[in-house]
Amino acid sequence: MTRRTFLRHSTVGALGACAVCAGVADGSIAASAATDATRIGTLVDVTRCIGCRACVRACNQRNGLPQPEKPSTVWNGPVEELNFGRWTTVNLQGTPANGAAVPVKRQCMHCLEPACVSVCPVAALQQLPNGVVMYRKERCIGCRYCMFACPFGIPKFEWEASLDPEIGKCQFCAQHAVFTGPACAQACPTGALKFGSRQALLAEAKARIHVRPERYRDHVYGEHEAGGTAWLYLSSRSFSDLGFNTQLPRFGLPRLTWVALKLVPGVVIALVIVLTSVSFRMGRLAQQAAVHDRT
Amino acid sequence: MIEVFFILAYAIIVAAFVRSKTHLRLHTRLEVLLLASAALAVGLYALTQRMTQGLGATTHLSDSFPWGIWISVDLCGIALASGGFILAGIVHLFRVHRLEPILRPTVLTAFIAYQLVAAILVLDLGRPLRFWHPLVMWQHHSVMFEITLCLALYTVVLALEFSPVLFEYLGFHRAVEALQKMTLPVVMAGVILSTLHQSSFGSLFLIVPQKLSPYWYTPILPILFLLSAVCAGLGVALLECVLFERAAGGERLDAGIVPMLARWTSRALMLYVIVRLTDLLVRGSWRAVFQHPWLDASLAVEIIAGSLLPALWLGRIAKRNAHQAAAAAVTVLGGVVWHRLNVSWFGLIPASGVFYVPSWLEIAITLALVMIGILVFIAAAQLLPVFPRR
Ligand code: SF4
Ligand code: SF4
Repeated sequence: MTRRTFLRHSTVGALGACAVCAGVADGSIAASAATDATRIGTLVDVTRCIGCRACVRACNQRNGLPQPEKPSTVWNGPVEELNFGRWTTVNLQGTPANGAAVPVKRQCMHCLEPACVSVCPVAALQQLPNGVVMYRKERCIGCRYCMFACPFGIPKFEWEASLDPEIGKCQFCAQHAVFTGPACAQACPTGALKFGSRQALLAEAKARIHVRPERYRDHVYGEHEAGGTAWLYLSSRSFSDLGFNTQLPRFGLPRLTWVALKLVPGVVIALVIVLTSVSFRMGRLAQQAAVHDRT
Repeated sequence: MIEVFFILAYAIIVAAFVRSKTHLRLHTRLEVLLLASAALAVGLYALTQRMTQGLGATTHLSDSFPWGIWISVDLCGIALASGGFILAGIVHLFRVHRLEPILRPTVLTAFIAYQLVAAILVLDLGRPLRFWHPLVMWQHHSVMFEITLCLALYTVVLALEFSPVLFEYLGFHRAVEALQKMTLPVVMAGVILSTLHQSSFGSLFLIVPQKLSPYWYTPILPILFLLSAVCAGLGVALLECVLFERAAGGERLDAGIVPMLARWTSRALMLYVIVRLTDLLVRGSWRAVFQHPWLDASLAVEIIAGSLLPALWLGRIAKRNAHQAAAAAVTVLGGVVWHRLNVSWFGLIPASGVFYVPSWLEIAITLALVMIGILVFIAAAQLLPVFPRR
């Protein structure tokens, strides 16, 4: 066998080995999260929100975040972006062509399969058994991969800090010693926010749509988006009109990375086998050639 | 840590300059040294700013665009550094000993490039002092974790591969022999680690299907990154040939080497282009045409000028012509760099809603680091037996 034919054979062999390993390593990520009864959630009924921003003030207070100088509502206050020190906000949304703008609350969606948790190299973001996505600042290295990966643009960076910046994001108020549900839901005067078990809330959302089909779109945002989220939204307007991303895949984003990452052990094994045999074989060929040259 | 790196590198360079009895023809001229000093001074100032003022005040990164030019530069640098594992694999595992003369300079290039990539990665962290956290707080679902681990291990491999040169210079012949016995497993580990992290740099972007333009988002990003890294590595090896002939004072390389490398590079590029175009077609990316004309242009530049052209050009270099090959190799590198800029920067702009352009401080730090890399290479090439002596 010459060097060339051997190379050709070994390439085919390597590809084959990789394919086999890819098949063997096939495993799926837990797909039961969406139906898990232990998961908590919050239902946001956009049609009931009056834009008073009581939830924002409650959040700032409970989490020690800076309060705006003048308490504002969406009607008299400025547009408030989420940032490191503001984990939730309510703003008027909706293109004027489709009717008057309506207030919409924003915060971390607490994805059932969170992209941020899957990408964090140090597990600074962590999902609790009840589905809450927590941030442990003592681990964070500030790589900002979570911000890059989050499909809802939620984690925010402390850009002003020079050497010890942190990530700021809603943690469902679960970082406090006693967890009694999120401060925002407790503060809401109209019942636009309702805290409870995700399963029950999803059923309730569907019931509300069923009873009042003229009031609601037949779409619970968060049921399937990015594999499902703990926060669920009901609305009378189309969600894309309210600035929600409706193009998200219906499966958890971490799957996209895991497809490649799970191959690592297989690739290592395949390469060890292939490279060892290549090296051995080529060494033999080189020796033979040397002997041949001498005779 | 990085300051120490700066000062050390600078000391080496000055030492190399003072040692003017060089056996090489790679002259470090005074103008070059002055220019380099200026770049380093500005870079040092920029670095101090970054460390004392924070990322917000010194970069143009924002909550809407959290990764900027430093990540892009890392992606490009890592591709250019892949020559190390490719050549080591070809020479030691495939026993193509004809290529041995350019192995040392290529491994040196790779070693320096990896140091720079690691330095920039650390610099980009919000908390640079915690750079070691991933190594102890394993999170095996994270591509970033896998990359950090591979980079750390591969740096050790590169150090082992290059250290015989240092020991030879110092006269530690026992150590050289001991290291030579370990060559096979070390090289093999290098090839495996490189395959993993070269592809993983592409996997970093798998999590953002809704943010990256369909021209560049594809589930096969890791495969594309591995292939393009191979192209870039072979391209760098071609450049190394030219460098060899300039540095080794008239000693010529085996006449077959340049055409052989050119042929391989051309084939690797062809494979890359075929995979890339097939993927674009299969995913129906043409539907994105005309949405952002400047992205269309960027794609065209990448594929036509950066991949197709050099592939055909290199395929036609039948006789040894190092300089023509080097020119083509530069085009190859340009194409790979352009692809990675598209993936990590331009292709992300439409969905992010902001037009990120790096601040001058970000650029100054990057340039200073690249300058350090070049100077360290020159210094090492003059002091150590990297190229054969005249
Ligand atoms: S919305 Fe973003 S930050 Fe919140 S859990 Fe999902 S991925 Fe993480
Ligand atoms: S910035 Fe912090 S929390 Fe976010 S991915 Fe990086 S280490 Fe994890």
